[in-house]
Amino acid sequence: MVLVVVERDGDGAPTAEAAEVLAAARDLAEGLGVPVGAVAVGEPGDLPGHLAKQGVARLHLLQHELLDDASPTALGEALAQLVTALRPDAVLAASAERSTEAMAWAAAVLGAPLATACTDVRPGDPWEVTRERAGGVLLEDAALDAPVRLLTLRPTGPAPRETAAADEVTVHVVVPDLDASVPRARLVDRRARAAGMTLATAPVVVAGGRGVGSAEGYAVLEELAELVGGAVGCSRVATNNGWRPHADQVGLTGTRISPDLYIACGISGATQHWVGCMNARTILAVNTDPEAPMVTRATYAVVGDVHEVLPAVVAEIRRRAGA
Amino acid sequence: MTGPDVLVCVKRVPAVGAEIALTADATAIDTRHLGFTIGPHEECAVEEAVRIAERTGGSAGVLTVGPPEAEEQLRYALSMGADHAVRVDAPTSDPDPEVTAAAITGALRELPPHDLVLFGAASADAGHAQVGSRVACALRRPLVGGVKGIELDGDRVRLRREAPEGVEVHEAPLPAVAAVLEGLNLPRYPTIKGRLRAKKAPIRVLDGPPVTGGLRTLRLRHRPEARAETVVLGRGAAAAPAVVEVLAELGVVH
Repeated sequence: MVLVVVERDGDGAPTAEAAEVLAAARDLAEGLGVPVGAVAVGEPGDLPGHLAKQGVARLHLLQHELLDDASPTALGEALAQLVTALRPDAVLAASAERSTEAMAWAAAVLGAPLATACTDVRPGDPWEVTRERAGGVLLEDAALDAPVRLLTLRPTGPAPRETAAADEVTVHVVVPDLDASVPRARLVDRRARAAGMTLATAPVVVAGGRGVGSAEGYAVLEELAELVGGAVGCSRVATNNGWRPHADQVGLTGTRISPDLYIACGISGATQHWVGCMNARTILAVNTDPEAPMVTRATYAVVGDVHEVLPAVVAEIRRRAGA
Repeated sequence: MTGPDVLVCVKRVPAVGAEIALTADATAIDTRHLGFTIGPHEECAVEEAVRIAERTGGSAGVLTVGPPEAEEQLRYALSMGADHAVRVDAPTSDPDPEVTAAAITGALRELPPHDLVLFGAASADAGHAQVGSRVACALRRPLVGGVKGIELDGDRVRLRREAPEGVEVHEAPLPAVAAVLEGLNLPRYPTIKGRLRAKKAPIRVLDGPPVTGGLRTLRLRHRPEARAETVVLGRGAAAAPAVVEVLAELGVVH
């Protein structure tokens, strides 16, 4: 069996990342000639219906009060118990922060290796994976030598297909044996983010780097972002200079985004930044250097200074709107 | 009463630029012409430990797993204000994550107890993102990852992280383990005085455990080059009408 750790959204449905992992698991399981199982936390709700369309045969629902606050360590412990009971060929999870922590915890309990941030999985003797190193700056082919292969998968983009055959999903409720005497972290407060556009979800991101020159220089980026219904981002240079908060940083150590349009203003496009924006559908680069990596990788480019180009673009948008 | 003892685990990694050269057998980065550093997440972890020590009168230790060369990174952390350093001996600074975790777990059992052990969320080179979790599990300590805020309060610590559902605060009894993210603070640059002090500071060396892991690097590869057929819309302010035309085609302006 290929077992998938399914993270759920606010409505209890699989998250977009989980849906991608389910699709990858189905391909893997088809090749191996084994079924796909799923493991999730909580009540079934509509989840079995969603999973049926994803070709899942069995859903293992973990229920325990220590799992209620999405604790990765408690989930990791529960996963390790389930793996010991089911002996799957592989366990797949999204390479998001919390699911990676849960998988690492499970791997530690099981004394097993864990391959994180995988972009390709090739069963064999031993299994091989391709994984992202340093957040995708390099790729690594690695051998994964273990009876149960624990893997987290990087999202690869295309929307997962649903299978035509919507078989019945059998649901097994599992109450893991979690030791209450083990010291644990406890969720004591959760504050929903202020409503509005976030960098991660904005359809358009207007980002600035060294070429913006100062904190005040971002005013014109904010103006443009407002006009195109987007959010403002920045490169690491801007954060290090104190021009923008770290929450605005796009890149390896900031946020990885996949907007419809990325407008990169005065950003040279070092690999560490590129891996954060390379999944944008369209990239428009504004840079004084026509040979900057961001320019040569962009869909569209304007050669010039941010503070000459952007005010003219803003004025032109306003002129057209008024016309 | 003295303040808490915080230990930060750091890793020696190549300071790579835009172009990364690989060794002839492609199993590692060619570091002949490169300097070395610690990753941005870990730099924030060191800064936080130093701030906690300055504020509370506790101690800020730093630990690495690797060969003698890795002491350069320990001395960097000492120059930022850490007050003691430990190197767990290993033939490479980039072992299998199970090996790294076993080395750190062994060292933590041998060293005087620490109230809080900090990791970067992922190393800047291999990015396995699992050593902190493995160490916490082996030592049966609470763990919170993705941490962007640390508040110590007596025998407990409150750790802030950004989750998909919003900003969360987790509370854990000490001793605890946290994996932190860049953005936790803005790390300082070492002072001359700090550098001089770090140069002479003793570094404790421990033996690493004779273990192996199940993940073996076969080869490293560059990403396929992403060069696009870039359409140049013009130069300077004169490009504005063409830019807005494209924005209109993409449907973001009307």
